[in-house]
Amino acid sequence: MPEPTIDPGTFAELQETAGAEFVAELVDTFLEEAPTLLVELRDARSEADVDRFRRAAHSLKSNSHTFGALALGALARELELTGMDADPARDNARIDALESEYARAAAELKARRRG
Amino acid sequence: MAERGARMLVVDDNKVNRLLLARSLEMQGNRVALAENGRVALDMLRRESYDLLLLDIEMPEMNGLQVLEQLKTDLQLRDLPVIVTSAIEGLDNVVRCIELGAEDYLHKPVNPVLLRARIGASLEKKRLRDQQKELVRRFATPEVAQDLDASGFALGGHRVQATAMFSDIRGFTSMAEELSPEETIELLNTYYTLMFDAISGQGGVVNQMVGDGLMAIFGAPLPLADPCGAAARAALDMIEMIALFNREPDRAGKPVIAIGIGIASGAVIAGYTGTQNRATYTCVGDAVNIAARLEAHTKTAGFPILIDEATRSALGERCEVQGLGAVSIKGKAAAVTVFSLHAGQTVRD
Repeated sequence: MPEPTIDPGTFAELQETAGAEFVAELVDTFLEEAPTLLVELRDARSEADVDRFRRAAHSLKSNSHTFGALALGALARELELTGMDADPARDNARIDALESEYARAAAELKARRRG
Repeated sequence: MAERGARMLVVDDNKVNRLLLARSLEMQGNRVALAENGRVALDMLRRESYDLLLLDIEMPEMNGLQVLEQLKTDLQLRDLPVIVTSAIEGLDNVVRCIELGAEDYLHKPVNPVLLRARIGASLEKKRLRDQQKELVRRFATPEVAQDLDASGFALGGHRVQATAMFSDIRGFTSMAEELSPEETIELLNTYYTLMFDAISGQGGVVNQMVGDGLMAIFGAPLPLADPCGAAARAALDMIEMIALFNREPDRAGKPVIAIGIGIASGAVIAGYTGTQNRATYTCVGDAVNIAARLEAHTKTAGFPILIDEATRSALGERCEVQGLGAVSIKGKAAAVTVFSLHAGQTVRD
């Protein structure tokens, strides 16, 4: 079964423990920061900087799990744990998949932050 | 409550993590400052005082492990409790943090209820540690170095009659493999709390902790009327506490812990080693060496508490011991006569 884009339970729990208003701000922060991390990942890949690559993937994973973005978290985790591939094309394909999933997660987070 | 209004420093390179952790801590009544990497955090720690540090591992510039290393060598900061919060996977990272002196480890995303409980425990432990330090004032404080200077009491130390004790957990490594990182830390923390209680309750001083093992001295730096009796009582208390502690995991079908203890007595050189600015209280001598070997020998002997001849003769008829004959140990030409101090008894005055 594929992971949901946003797990409703995790997101609701976050709102409950941290407050809906705060979570709305936190979503905004994530939407500001995540694109930078995606760029970071691409840059690290093209410069073959394994530490930066791992750190960017790790950060994305950690944030995804906070918001219940499980599919995004799974893709980022995969990048973090396997690290940089010997074949740049394969990594670029993986980053493409990560970006598409991020677009879905971002859209859903925007919708939910209002609700 | 002790943790109310405590001052915390949160270190994380990721803004979302930083804000969320700060929010949880503030909602629990703490005051929070933020740093985005290890270097910034160390600067802040050296400028202002904090009660607790919440530390991420993966960070640019200076990562969490490097921060822990720095804190360990800093006289002013090495007692600051540190809780590591990280989404890093793998037990080896957790073990590394604990080896470097972290108090606890919480996996991200951090559960707020767990966070509150761990913070409470960390601050309480800091309080207990401060108390124990008060008891043994000379433990590595700048005042001591000054005191030593003033009194002309050389770092080299002096000869005292004392009893040394070594203790560790049997098969801890294989046990840690069965447990989650959180459970491993929880277990180590509880173990140390119990052992400290038993040892300091009898007037002993824990002067070394390495992994799951510890060394304690009875009779130095504070003289004791009956160091052998105190060490024997502490050992029996330790075994009893572990038995109590094991009840719950045993019922739940989880791994239980077993410890081995070695005790030896004699003349030792006790004193401060190090430099004028940073000294630790240490004990060296035959008795220390023998206690360490006896502790290792508990595995082969199949008894949890082993004592040497000197300790046995000081105990006299006050408790029950069983002779196990002579055992040759590393670093000693002559064989050492070993006795088992059976668990579940009391040592008479």
